[in-house]
Amino acid sequence: MSLRLPDGGRLIDRSQTVSFTFNGKQLNGHPGDTLASALMGAGRTILGRSFKYHRPRGLVASGAEEPNALVNLGQGKTHEPNQRATTTELFDGLTATSQNHWPSLEWDIGEVNALIPRFLPAGFYYKTFIHPRAFWKHVFEPFIRQSAGLGKAPDPKQTDPDRYEQFYAHTEVVIAGGGIAGLQAALEAGRAGARVILCEQTGHWGGRAPVDGVEVDGKPAEAWINDAVQELEAMENVHLRLRTMVAGVYDHGYVIAYERVSDHAPASDIPRHRLWRIRTARVIAATGALERPLSFPGNDKPGVMLASAMRDYVVNWGVAPGARTVVVTNNDDAYRTALALLDAGLAVPCIVDARPRAEGALPQQARARGIRVLTATGIAGVKGLRGVVAVQLCAQDGPGTVTEDVVCDAVAMSGGWSPVVHLWSHCGGKLTWDQDGAFFRPDPDRPPTDQHGEGFVACVGAADGALIATSTMENASIKTRKMLSEIGKMVSGSVPAVTAATEAPMRPVWMMPATAGPKKRAKMWLDFQNDVKVSDVQLAAREGFESVEHTKRYTTLGMATDQGKLSNINGLAILAQALDEDIPRVGTTTFRPPYTPISMGAIAGEARGTIFQPLRRTPIQGWHEANGAHFEPVGHWRRPYCFRRKGESHRAAVNREITATRTSLGLLDASTLGKIVVKGPDAGRFLDMLYTGMMSSLKPGRCRYGLMCNENGFLMDDGVVARLDDDSFLVHTTTGGADRIHAHMEDWLQTEWWDWQVYTANITEAFAQIAVVGPKARAVLDKLGSDLDLSNAALPFMSWAEGKIGGFDARVFRISFSGELSFEVAVPASQGRAFWDALLAAGAEFDATPYGTEALHVMRAEKGFIMIGDETDGTVIPQDLGLDWAISKKKPDYLGKRAQERPHMTSPDRWKLVGLETLDGSVLPDGSYAVAPGTNANGQRNTQGRVTSTYFSPTMGRGIAMGLVLHGPDRMGEVLEFNTTKASPKGETPKTVMARIVSPVFHDPEGEKQNV
Amino acid sequence: MLTFRCPCCGIDACETELAPGGEAHLKRFGPGSSDDEFEGYLFLRPNVRGVHFERWRHAMGCGKWFLAARCTATLEVFGTYPAQVSAPPPDILAAIRAKRPDWSLT
Repeated sequence: MSLRLPDGGRLIDRSQTVSFTFNGKQLNGHPGDTLASALMGAGRTILGRSFKYHRPRGLVASGAEEPNALVNLGQGKTHEPNQRATTTELFDGLTATSQNHWPSLEWDIGEVNALIPRFLPAGFYYKTFIHPRAFWKHVFEPFIRQSAGLGKAPDPKQTDPDRYEQFYAHTEVVIAGGGIAGLQAALEAGRAGARVILCEQTGHWGGRAPVDGVEVDGKPAEAWINDAVQELEAMENVHLRLRTMVAGVYDHGYVIAYERVSDHAPASDIPRHRLWRIRTARVIAATGALERPLSFPGNDKPGVMLASAMRDYVVNWGVAPGARTVVVTNNDDAYRTALALLDAGLAVPCIVDARPRAEGALPQQARARGIRVLTATGIAGVKGLRGVVAVQLCAQDGPGTVTEDVVCDAVAMSGGWSPVVHLWSHCGGKLTWDQDGAFFRPDPDRPPTDQHGEGFVACVGAADGALIATSTMENASIKTRKMLSEIGKMVSGSVPAVTAATEAPMRPVWMMPATAGPKKRAKMWLDFQNDVKVSDVQLAAREGFESVEHTKRYTTLGMATDQGKLSNINGLAILAQALDEDIPRVGTTTFRPPYTPISMGAIAGEARGTIFQPLRRTPIQGWHEANGAHFEPVGHWRRPYCFRRKGESHRAAVNREITATRTSLGLLDASTLGKIVVKGPDAGRFLDMLYTGMMSSLKPGRCRYGLMCNENGFLMDDGVVARLDDDSFLVHTTTGGADRIHAHMEDWLQTEWWDWQVYTANITEAFAQIAVVGPKARAVLDKLGSDLDLSNAALPFMSWAEGKIGGFDARVFRISFSGELSFEVAVPASQGRAFWDALLAAGAEFDATPYGTEALHVMRAEKGFIMIGDETDGTVIPQDLGLDWAISKKKPDYLGKRAQERPHMTSPDRWKLVGLETLDGSVLPDGSYAVAPGTNANGQRNTQGRVTSTYFSPTMGRGIAMGLVLHGPDRMGEVLEFNTTKASPKGETPKTVMARIVSPVFHDPEGEKQNV
Repeated sequence: MLTFRCPCCGIDACETELAPGGEAHLKRFGPGSSDDEFEGYLFLRPNVRGVHFERWRHAMGCGKWFLAARCTATLEVFGTYPAQVSAPPPDILAAIRAKRPDWSLT
C-alpha cells in the first residue's frame, strides 16, 4: 500500500491542498505533485492494465520513460488519451481516468489472458487468426477490438477548444536538458557570448543531482543549481525554457522543441502547447540517462519500481510505494535508494545484489546502517496478485531454487543505466558499446553532420556515459568548450568541483536468475506496456528473427508509446544471448523523433479552420457571397458553382443560367483566369517554344488559342494568348495553372534559355475579368457606352482592343468559351466590383444572369471544347484530342515535340476524343469505361474507351458526354456499352448504359453564334 | 530539413522556402535526336550516392533558380551557384575536392 510520508518532499508545498479526481473519485495532493506522486500519496497502487494480458500495473518510473501509468486526461472537448501520470503536473480540478480495462480497473475480464499466457506468445495473432478467413471479421476482430487498444480516442465530432502556436527561432546553441550537465553547458556557452536556448522537459531545474545527494563546490547541489539559474537568467544571450522537451534533431541544425505552456495551469488565456522550430549551429544533448529494469519473474507487479524512481518519489514528493522495500540491483547506485528509504523512516529488509561482492562506499554505508546485504543473490519470484506481498530469493547463478521468502510490499530494482542518446541518433549519429557500463554511448568519431560536413550534436554528462556525478560536470564543460571553439567562441575558467560517493563497477545482469527455466522466463517482462517478455524474444530468435528490427516488429518490443525507453537494451541483450552473439554485433534499433509523443495540436499550430489554407478572393467575391453562390474550390480560389434562387435546386439553377446565357445575356466572373505578361525582344520566340502553335506570327490586336505541353509531350495547360504590342504578349492560363505555368516559364528562361531577353510577370490578381456572354452581349456594352467600336467588323472574333467602357479602363477580348457572342472585359481589380454592378444594372432589361462554373462547363462541353483536368490527366497529348490544328507543322521545335514523335505517341491505337450520346438520353456516369469483349490478364473486362466529361445539356435536352475511345473518330455512329457503379441486387451484373459515338460538337457546329 | 544559401539574394533558405528541380546540367535533346539521347535526357538519372549537382528554386523567396553541389549521403552542401552555367564552376569543384579528395567529375 503506497503512502504519503509524514514529512519531506522538496518539490511539494504541504501547506496547500489540491483536489483532483481519478476514475470519478475525489482525491487530494499538493502543489508541486505530479499526478503520479499524488496518486501514490493517495494510496493508489494499480493505475492501469497492460495491453495484451490486462495485468494490473502500477508506476515503474518517475518521468518520461514511464510505460504503465497512462491515463485519459480531461473530459468531453478536452479529453486526451495516453497521458503519462508521471509527467502530468497536478492542478486543482484535474480529472483522470484509467485505461485499457473492461469492465473496471480492479476487475478486468481480460485478466484471464494472463492466466493462459501460453496462448498469447509473440506472433500469436499472426499465427492464430489467419484461419478460417471468414472468422476474422465477425468473430475475432470484434472481440479483440473490445478488449484491446490503449485509451479512448477523442470524440471526432468535438473540436479541440485549446489554442496552439508555433515559434520560429534562430540561435547558436540549443541545450536539451536542465540537469547539472545542461546548466553547466549553458553557463559555459552563455559566458562565451553564444546565443543559447536551454530547454528542460520538466517543471524544475537541476535533474537528479539533488535527489542523489550530490555536492557542488562544497554545497548541496540545490544551492549551486539556484545560483546557476540566476546567473543564466541575467544573461541576455541565454533563453531558458522549462516544460520544453527537445523532441527531434533534424538535418542542417533544425530542431523541434515542444513546450507545454499551460498544461499545468489550464483555463489561462495562453496557448496550451507551443512548437519551437529552431535553426541552430550546435545542439548539446544533456539528456541524462535512464535506469534499466531487471528481468526477474514477476517484475511487472504493482509495487515493483525502478530504484531511482522510488528515490525520486521519496525525496521530491514525500511519497512511497510501500513501507517495506527490498532493493535488487547489479550496481552501487541503487544503494542510494535504500539509504534514502531509511532516511525517510521506511524499512529495507534486505538489499539483493547480483554481484559476487559489494564492497563499495555505498554498500559499506548500507551495512553500517544495519541493512542486510545479500550478494550473488537474485529474485526467483514475486508473491502477490495485485501488489507485492513477498519476494522469493535464490542464487543469481542458478535456475532459481528458492532459498528464502522476504516479506515486503515494494521492490526497488536497478539493472544499470543507459545514456539517453536519442538526439544524437535522430540525425545519423552512430553509437559505440561501452563494455564497462554495458550501454551504448555516442561514438565521438561518427557524429551527425551538418551542411558543412561538421558534427553538430554533442552528448554531454550522463548522456555521454559520464554517469558518476563527479565526472558529469567535467564532461559537460570539456565537451561544451570543444563545441564552442568550433563556432569561434572561447571560454576559460575552472570547473566546479563535484563531490559524490564513488561507485564500484556494475555487473551486467540480463536475466535473473541466470539459468531460469521456461516457466520463469515467461514471467520476466522486458516491455511492460506491450507485454513482451524474455520468453517472447527468445521465441523470436528461435523462429529465425535474427535482426533486431525484425524481432522488434514480431514481438512488438519497444513499439509502444514509450518507444522502448526501458526495454530496448534489455531486449537486445536477451536477443544477443539467444543468438550467441555480442550485443554490439546484434546492433540497436533506430531512434526516431519525437523523443516522447507531442500533441497533434502543436503540429498544426494556428493552421486550422479558416486559416488552414489561405483563400484567394476575386474583387467580385462579396457579391457572389451575398447572392446565393454555391462555391467550389478551384486551386486556392472559391468559385461560384451556380447561383441558387430561393427554392431552386443546383441543377435547376445551372439550367436556368445556361438558357439565359444562350438566349439573352450571361455574366461570368472570370477574374481567376491566369494572366501572365511575357515581354521582351525574344518573347515571340519563347512562346513558340512553350506552345505547340505559332505565337510569334500573331499580330498585335489579335488573339490565338494555344496548347502547352511538358517536355514529355503531355498537355499541361491551354488558353488564349493576346499580342499586346511588338514585344509583349498577354498569356491566359487556366485558373488553377497560373502559378504553375509562371514557374514553368521561369524554369526554362532561367536555366535553359538564359541568354534570351524575355521577362515574365504574373498579373493575375491585378485585373478583374468579366465574360459578357450571349446574343445581347454587344447590346449591353453599347448601352454602357464606349469609345471603342465593338462591331464585328471593327473588333472581330479573336481580336482585342483597349479603351473605355462605361467610363471604366478596359481591355476587351473577343474570345468565347461558350460558343456565344462573347466579350471578356478586363478592368483594374480595384474597379472590378463597380464594373460588375454597372453590367448588372445595364443588363437588367436583357435579364442579365450571372452564371457559375458548372454552366461554364456545360456550355463548353456543348461546344466540344476541352477542359484541362477533364479531358487531360497527364497522359493525354493534343493529338488525342483532335487538336492537330493547334500544332504548328512549320516549327522545328517546341517543348514536347520530340516526345510526341515517339512510336507510342504516334500509334493509331491511342484513344481519341469523341462525343457520346446515350441512347436513352440519360447522363453517362463520369469516368465510366466502354467495355470490350474478353478479359485481361487479371480477369477484368477489357475496355476500349472512357468518359472524360459528362453533363445534362439543357440546350440539347439530354445527356451529353465527351470521351476517349479506341479509333473513336473512325467509328462515328457506333454504339458502345459503358459500365456503371449503380448498386445491383445480389447475383446480377451491374447495369450498363449504351451510348453512340458522335461528334464532340453538339451545339452550333458551324460557330455561327460566336462570330456575329 | 535542408538549408541552402541562395546565390541570388544571399539568404540561407530553409527547404520549406525552396522547390526542388532534380539533377542539374542536363543537356536538352529535342527534335532530330535519337531515341537513346532523348531517353537519356528525359528519364535516365544516375541517382548518385555522394556528390550531386542539383537544381533548386527559391520559390517562396526571390523566385530565382540556382544550382547546388550536395552530398546525397551526408547532406553536406559544398556550395551553391547561379543556374546560368552548363557545368559546375571551378570554385565549386575546388570546394568539393577539398572535402572529397577521391571524387572526380565524370
